[in-house]
Amino acid sequence: MDTLLLSRIQFGANISFHILFPSITLALGWMLLFFKLRFSLTGQQKWMQAYMFWVKVFALSFAMGVVSGITMSFQFGTNWPGFMEKVGNIAGPLLAYEILTAFFLEAVFLGIMLFGASRVKSWVHTLATFLVAFGTTMSAFWIIVLNSWMHTPQGFTMIDGVAHATSWLEIVFNPSMPYRFVHMLLASGLTVAFLIAGVSALRMLWGERGEDVKTALRVGIITAASLIPLQILAGDFHGLNTLKHQPAKLAAMEANWETGPNVPLVLFALPDETTRENRFEIAVPNAASLILTHSLDGTVPGLNDFVDATGQILHPPVAPVFFSFRIMVGVGLAMLLLSWSGLYLMRRHSAASLPKPALLAFSAMSFSGWIATLAGWYTTEIGRQPWLVQGVMTTQEAVAEVPATLVLSTLIGYLLLYALLVLAYIGAITYLARTAARSAPRLSAEPTEETAHDLLR
Amino acid sequence: MTYFGDPAVWLPWSFAALMGLSILIYVVLDGFDLGVGLLMPLADEAQKDRLVASIGPFWDANETWLVLAVGLLLVAFPPAHGMILTALYLPVFVMLIGLILRGVSFEMRAKAPPAQKRLWNAAFFAGSLMAALSQGFMLGLYIMGLTWSWPHVAFATLTALCLTVGYGFIGAAWLIWKTEGALQSRAIGWAKTTLWGLAAGILAISAATPFVSARIFDKWFSLPAMAYLSVLPLLSVFLVGFVWWQLRRLPLPKDRAAWQPFAAAIALFTLAFGGMAYSFYPYVVPEKITLYDAAAAPESLFIILIGTVFVLPAILGYTFLSYYIFRGKATALKYD
Ligand code: HDD
Ligand code: HEM
Ligand code: HEM
Repeated sequence: MDTLLLSRIQFGANISFHILFPSITLALGWMLLFFKLRFSLTGQQKWMQAYMFWVKVFALSFAMGVVSGITMSFQFGTNWPGFMEKVGNIAGPLLAYEILTAFFLEAVFLGIMLFGASRVKSWVHTLATFLVAFGTTMSAFWIIVLNSWMHTPQGFTMIDGVAHATSWLEIVFNPSMPYRFVHMLLASGLTVAFLIAGVSALRMLWGERGEDVKTALRVGIITAASLIPLQILAGDFHGLNTLKHQPAKLAAMEANWETGPNVPLVLFALPDETTRENRFEIAVPNAASLILTHSLDGTVPGLNDFVDATGQILHPPVAPVFFSFRIMVGVGLAMLLLSWSGLYLMRRHSAASLPKPALLAFSAMSFSGWIATLAGWYTTEIGRQPWLVQGVMTTQEAVAEVPATLVLSTLIGYLLLYALLVLAYIGAITYLARTAARSAPRLSAEPTEETAHDLLR
Repeated sequence: MTYFGDPAVWLPWSFAALMGLSILIYVVLDGFDLGVGLLMPLADEAQKDRLVASIGPFWDANETWLVLAVGLLLVAFPPAHGMILTALYLPVFVMLIGLILRGVSFEMRAKAPPAQKRLWNAAFFAGSLMAALSQGFMLGLYIMGLTWSWPHVAFATLTALCLTVGYGFIGAAWLIWKTEGALQSRAIGWAKTTLWGLAAGILAISAATPFVSARIFDKWFSLPAMAYLSVLPLLSVFLVGFVWWQLRRLPLPKDRAAWQPFAAAIALFTLAFGGMAYSFYPYVVPEKITLYDAAAAPESLFIILIGTVFVLPAILGYTFLSYYIFRGKATALKYD
């Protein structure tokens, strides 16, 4: 394998590992703020207990997010020096603003949020929690601005082969940014909603019946059920935006080879790039035209438009884009089904007595947000190939001249470490859930006034 | 080049200064928490928790200075950034693995099943060691102009060892300040042993740097520069002597002067850093590319500078706030 391919795999592996943790901390920060505020307002102990459990998960995820993020900031230099040399004048300020306005905010106030509760006034602690949540959202904003700009660049001119900014407003508010940012925030919300619902369901399966667990389960299900329709809607809009700005990516997502009207929606197929057709296709007639143009005979772009006269292929690899898109949408539909069933069952049974199969289903879906998020990013990023910055520079141009063996050996090192750490992370969350269940009787043995009150009701 | 009215001069210069500042802050702040990690194996079980507690609220923000330093290199001097990081591919990899291990074990040792605690303690130490050694190695190789030849690698190995011991020293100095009783006494002992590594490191770098190029040699050994530059080594020697004297007296009644070794450590790192900055200016990659040649477009730098001027004081402000809130001796880490 050559340095380019290895560097791509390495970058993909690092960013995939990184995104797992921000996608949790991003929404969990707001969720913790919600728990804290509910506790301040109602004085009910269960909210504090829920806070205490989930703040541990937050601290763990945050640490993983930070250290994998540090890796990211070095990856640009070690693997893609050409990137900064060509578009550094645009990417640089965006990254700098992320560091200055977001990273320091969250990192400093994290200390106060986690360990400062007994040292500062309650409102200062709540404020610190807010600032951490706000900081994570800011970092997501800036990095998504950069990433979206790479997909739909504008607001710059090229002088001697180097990009120079002409309008920062156009750069920041590039056409795909709002869609991508909203879709990512919702993705994080869903990831956290399913994680909370899933872990709480697991704790109930292990026989725990504390108020905090039931409340967390209810909050998880309600959040999931309210966000998933929004996410599907946002995804639809996102797709239309992609159709407009990156038709080659969209053609790959739909595995559509020929531009034309009345295009069917391919549910399943094995796209074959050598024969340039789909094998084993199962499709719904005219549905792709309908979804993408909102009319049955709308024209949908095809992949064959993106092969130039010399036969050089200018569209992304089809199969990975096609499949990862289907995985994301599939998980999204599963989320819709489960969360709305959960909502329905809760109306009939209350969260405390959800039937066992429902609890099992929720715990099985604990990490479903991760799968959809990764699949979504693979669609987005692989779908941009061969471009690194759409129409401006190819991935090939940016790669570092580092010996392939060096890239390969460090790649293996990263992969091993990441595999171990993901396992350790899931293991630790499971362990926290299990011991929380075991220490529950001890908690209710000395009920505070509030819990006693709560239990009597 | 000396026209500071010209943005193509003062902007790169300001960014070099900012980057230098954040590297220095990083080395001091993450230096002490990496150092605490290095000292872990020397402490007993209960003390290990205390060591970790002393850095708990800070380590994350401390590492952010590294992100800022690399970020500034990346945004202000793109070609230098590529050159430095591709040349240092392997040590960077080692450092990143080390930092990952460290950050994760920090959380895991408190949250994973107790049976795993020893494992995560070991990983915490190993991660700190990898990060410290690789940073020292990069420093040495950078001084030698980023070329991998045997003498250069040998020198880099020496700086790796010295910086690691130096981190151990600043870690011990931090512990003298932030702990009490038996642990404090042990920390005093650790500081005494590691002080020499730091001194040797500064000596080695000071001795080697002038011989990297005739340009640097002349900068130091020509009059009148030599006269006022001699303050740097003299002050360093004085500080080492002072710390040595103070360590032999500590602990004092009412915990007097417990902060002094840490303050002196900061001063020593700053002096050494100042000396190096003087040697290498105006180069970002020693003897290869100057900061003026490597600088990004003025309009982009200007946009960043505006933000920095407003945000950096705020960052410094709330960083102090956090150290103030967690002032006094370290207590057990609790979430409530
Ligand atoms: C919980 C996570 C999650 C879920 C359930 C969905 N997505 Fe998604 N999707 C993401 C998480 C995500 C993501 C990881 O956040 C991506 C990658 C980049 C981005 O902005 O969002 C993404 C990208 C992405 C793109 C690619 C945009 C581009 O770059 O061109 C499209 C078209 C959709 N999504 C559409 C959908 C649709 C129609 C969904 C309906 C079920 C859906 N997504 C569910
Ligand atoms: C928002 C910040 C992001 C930026 C600036 C970014 C930038 C990049 C860059 C520079 C590459 C290298 C070019 C290449 O390999 O093709 C890349 C590729 C890639 N990225 Fe991203 N990325 C971001 C987010 C993500 C996320 C969150 C994921 C995954 C979860 C992801 C997954 C990938 C994958 C899988 C590739 C490899 C694609 C291929 O080579 O076919 N990216 N991206
Ligand atoms: C190439 C791209 C990326 C780089 C260079 C990068 C860099 C970093 C760094 C250095 C940190 C640690 C900050 C600290 O010290 O506190 C971090 C954290 C974070 N990143 Fe990324 N990141 C990238 C991609 C992404 C993407 C795609 C997202 C999501 C949309 C994201 C969202 C976050 C968030 C929310 C945090 C803070 C929360 C946490 O640390 O868990 N980043 N990132």
